[in-house]
Amino acid sequence: MKQFLSFVRKEFYHVFRDKKTLLLLFGMPIAQILLFGFALTNEIKNSNIVICDYAKDVASQELTAKIEASNYFEIEKSLPNHRQIEKAFQSGKIKLAIIFPTNFGNDLWHGGKAQVQIIADASDPNTATTLTSYATQIIRDYEMSIRKTNAHNLQISAITRMIYNPELKGTTNFVPGVMALVLMLICVLMTSASIVREKENGTMEILLVSPFSPLLAVTAKAVPYFILSLVNLTVILLLSVFLLDMPIKGSILLLFFESSILILTALSLGLLISNSTNSQQAAMLISLMGLLLPVMIFTGFMFPLENMPRPLQLFSNLVPSKWYYIIVKNVMIKGLGLRSVWKETLILMGMATFLLILSIKKFKTRLS
Amino acid sequence: MTREIVIKTEHLTKRFGDFIATNAISFEVYAGEIFGFLGANGAGKTTAMKMLCGLLTPSSGSASIAGFDIYKQSEKIKKSIGYMSQKFSLYEDLTTLENISFFGGIYGLSDAQIKSKSEKLIGQLGLQNEMKKLVGELPLGWKQKLAFSVAVLHDPKIVFLDEPTGGVDPVTRRQFWDLIYDAAARGITVFVTTHYMDEAEYCDRISMMVDGVMKELDTPQNLKSKYNTTSMDDVFFELARGAKRKAD
Repeated sequence: MKQFLSFVRKEFYHVFRDKKTLLLLFGMPIAQILLFGFALTNEIKNSNIVICDYAKDVASQELTAKIEASNYFEIEKSLPNHRQIEKAFQSGKIKLAIIFPTNFGNDLWHGGKAQVQIIADASDPNTATTLTSYATQIIRDYEMSIRKTNAHNLQISAITRMIYNPELKGTTNFVPGVMALVLMLICVLMTSASIVREKENGTMEILLVSPFSPLLAVTAKAVPYFILSLVNLTVILLLSVFLLDMPIKGSILLLFFESSILILTALSLGLLISNSTNSQQAAMLISLMGLLLPVMIFTGFMFPLENMPRPLQLFSNLVPSKWYYIIVKNVMIKGLGLRSVWKETLILMGMATFLLILSIKKFKTRLS
Repeated sequence: MTREIVIKTEHLTKRFGDFIATNAISFEVYAGEIFGFLGANGAGKTTAMKMLCGLLTPSSGSASIAGFDIYKQSEKIKKSIGYMSQKFSLYEDLTTLENISFFGGIYGLSDAQIKSKSEKLIGQLGLQNEMKKLVGELPLGWKQKLAFSVAVLHDPKIVFLDEPTGGVDPVTRRQFWDLIYDAAARGITVFVTTHYMDEAEYCDRISMMVDGVMKELDTPQNLKSKYNTTSMDDVFFELARGAKRKAD
């Protein structure tokens, strides 16, 4: 145990003295959260929209003018019939459609209450939500301005409809996705690089000659990265709760438990990679090339797996982060418990066990 | 007088495919001896040494280190040997003290032992001002001396040194050999490979490897008179001239 502890201490020295890597380690999740959280939802300017005005009265035209005057929208064209809206969306040129019903002005001035319909293409949920809220805001402004000069109780209600993806899948999905991505990449990258570094520096020989068990050495190497990954996880969760206002609905303990399994899987994978390479560059390259793309694509948070061809869907089952992503979504967003994610948990555990055994078996205790 | 044998090999052979790196070498090394292991580049020295340290499995033949069989008792061997490789092999991002306590730690020394040993070692090497510096910042000569001291920190029976003085200036080499003598005086057997013939003269006995075969094994004095010369350089040239393998 004493031996083991001196080894773990040494590994911590390595980690904390390598400032660049440390920066990467903690900078990456923060950057990802900020990028995914804000880059996609940031101001979207000059989006093409169509307007279908059945009313053609003063109110509808005033409102249309306001919309056109804003920086957010460019009116592609005005459609005489709402049946053409679907076609316009399918062409992919427009992101939003606004429909004024025949009695818009009448309802407003005489009934005090009018409706306007907003239809958004939600296949890109972030854009859809943002544009809808811009449009609603413009309508609110218009409502305020007419209240000043007219009756105080005039009301325009915007009825929003999302098409193609009515549940807006994807908006909150990126946090679990980033968690999966960061944990997979950092753990695999760091373990493989840190073991291969010992080979490069020649210290591996010294360790193999010493009575210290190589398996313990590998475990000792994994300890700092395991702990740092949990810290990273905490940072991601804090950011998403306090910065992105995304509550954790399920059990935090369960979340950390599931994350530990993924970390273990990733650490084993890193160990496996380090066995087959002799230079840090090669290890990094394999970890990045061999992992970054599959993890990005097949985890399911960037591109929906449901739309992929069958063979690719089957392949995605081999990617550990896919299962983790499902688990985290269920626990974090839907607030479900272990009972509803036990299947995925078992699959993930199976993968961790398999990779761990394989990597330990392949670990060379002698040079060759 | 019979001397205790700490290394004994019989027909120790290592093949890599068709290539026989080390061909049936048999020799004995006595306790407390400084044993020079010489040969041109590619003669099979490092391969032989790696087999003795347990880093490579021999293809055939047998060997015992400190009385333990290299096939069956490698764990016991590991406790009785120290090793310093060709590459500088301490952690450059750790300080002098941290390196000492790490290696002390993995060899199972207690905190008290590590403390007293590192104080002694620092005093001996004159590293008082450098003990909290990162090893990467030290000059090469000091690093090598430190690496050697760390290799014998746990008082092994045998220490294996693979070209320990490569790239080091003559003064530091001399100091390095003082450390080797000091270790030998404490009863540690020193098994050392080198390319410097003046260093060969410092050894009690030397062996010459040519093309994976051990051509000679004797004291420097006897070898010089056998080849009728006054310098080890001539002995080396005489033997190495017959080599068929190209140096790498």
